[in-house]
Amino acid sequence: MEDGNGHGISRRGVIVAGAASAAVVAVPGASEAQGARASVSPPMAKVTLKVNGVQRTLALDTRTSLLDTLREHLKLTGTKKGCDHGQCGACTVLVNGQRINSCLSLAVMHQGDEVTTVEGLGTPDKLHPMQAAFVKHDGFQCGYCTPGQICSAVGVLDEIRRGIPSHVQEDVAARPSTSNDEMRERMSGNICRCGAYSNILEAMQEVAGETA
Amino acid sequence: MKAFTYARAKTPAEAAAAVAQTPGAKFIAGGTNLLDLMKLQIETPTHLVDVQDLALDRIEPTADGGLRIGALVSNTALSADRRVRSDYGVLTRAIQAGASGQLRNKATTAGNLLQRTRCPYFYDTNMPCNKRNPGSGCSALGGYSRQLGVIGTSDACIATHPGDMAQAMRVLDATVETVDGEGETRAIPIADFHRLWGDTPQIETNLKRGELITAVTLPRPLGGRHFYEKVRDRASYAFALVSVAAVIQRDGSGRVAFGGVAPKPWRVDSAEAAMPQGARAVTALAFAGARPTADNQFKLPLAERTLASVIAQAKA
Repeated sequence: MEDGNGHGISRRGVIVAGAASAAVVAVPGASEAQGARASVSPPMAKVTLKVNGVQRTLALDTRTSLLDTLREHLKLTGTKKGCDHGQCGACTVLVNGQRINSCLSLAVMHQGDEVTTVEGLGTPDKLHPMQAAFVKHDGFQCGYCTPGQICSAVGVLDEIRRGIPSHVQEDVAARPSTSNDEMRERMSGNICRCGAYSNILEAMQEVAGETA
Repeated sequence: MKAFTYARAKTPAEAAAAVAQTPGAKFIAGGTNLLDLMKLQIETPTHLVDVQDLALDRIEPTADGGLRIGALVSNTALSADRRVRSDYGVLTRAIQAGASGQLRNKATTAGNLLQRTRCPYFYDTNMPCNKRNPGSGCSALGGYSRQLGVIGTSDACIATHPGDMAQAMRVLDATVETVDGEGETRAIPIADFHRLWGDTPQIETNLKRGELITAVTLPRPLGGRHFYEKVRDRASYAFALVSVAAVIQRDGSGRVAFGGVAPKPWRVDSAEAAMPQGARAVTALAFAGARPTADNQFKLPLAERTLASVIAQAKA
């Protein structure tokens, strides 16, 4: 395992090992009958992405989502798989600076793109202001939606700064504000089943105040 | 998800020819609807033609004072365009009423028009559905139909067009520009773009196989006040039960298209002429011949009240 935490096994290690064994199940007989099975092997593509500032080149089944590329192939398990259908927002990452659902995008569609995940925003020693604000304001409970919430929140503040309008604006021709109503509307694609919404908004308000 | 080969097209004509000539091929742009459906094996393309490299991501003025919106302009970019916000506010409002910020960043103008219904039986591959599996029957007719259509539907299908943007495009009299596999171009009025289901609910638009949308054009601005009022089960990130796209002039005349009620944006000329008489007069004409189910008959009074709210705001 790549964790190298000295314990021999970790929660992440178990997840990675589980994914590997699942992959074997998905391709029955792949190891013992490669010659006979060659004609049914799925189409592959070479994909080069810049993930958190590092260029990565991978050979992937064309079906691989950007989310599975990050989690299963690059072992960046910060980005979470919730619904895998674009409904929950747990998989939100920034691609070329814009927030998207990584589950509803194929890796092959992102040739040359710059991807930023929660691991790329900051480090435990040097948190991104949004990460620090989530800690300060208790913007989570179980934490599963948190990486998506943080990436989305960073995207939201940038969208407001760029003047992207929203559903709750009275006058769509005006510049948007950083009001609570604006934040709530713009974060509606990120579900938190623990219900940490009010603290997430407080964290966003603090960062918006600093960057305004 | 079924396996597929993948290629990127360099020109619109090349993309159209590739899909026209390759059995099982589909275009992919943002992918937010297609990939969702592919994961469920409701869509099973064997070849994807990615159109993202086509230079169709600009919004430009037209010679007659309108706007030409490239097919690949994202929903976010279209709603945020300065000219759209000031002159075609109904379009900004409709787009911002739909989906989530993440989806709007990826979803395209053409893809929004082509998104497929969210009828729960279309999504449930264990159930009969004439749209997903022609001839298998419609589970919605005797099933849970609260979200579904009340007019323009058929005995084969009562699904709705799920989008918001199309209602705005319809009141603005937009035109859909396309290129086909032979390189021929044509312009389709938005009124003729989506089909009523009839006996063939699996055919949702009047596009030919391999015909690619290249742009959507808007005529010169209408003036008036612009509204998109959407009624839904949550305040954000939910499909419409009923929506009203309207452009209302100072004299009380105006244009209106209803969403969440029919296979296409529902705009009726004779009903629109009754705008100065108020919401009841308009909806009585717009929904004449409606065939709601017991579950969704509430949409008829809801449409009237939603329009009444819009008219009241226009007078305020």
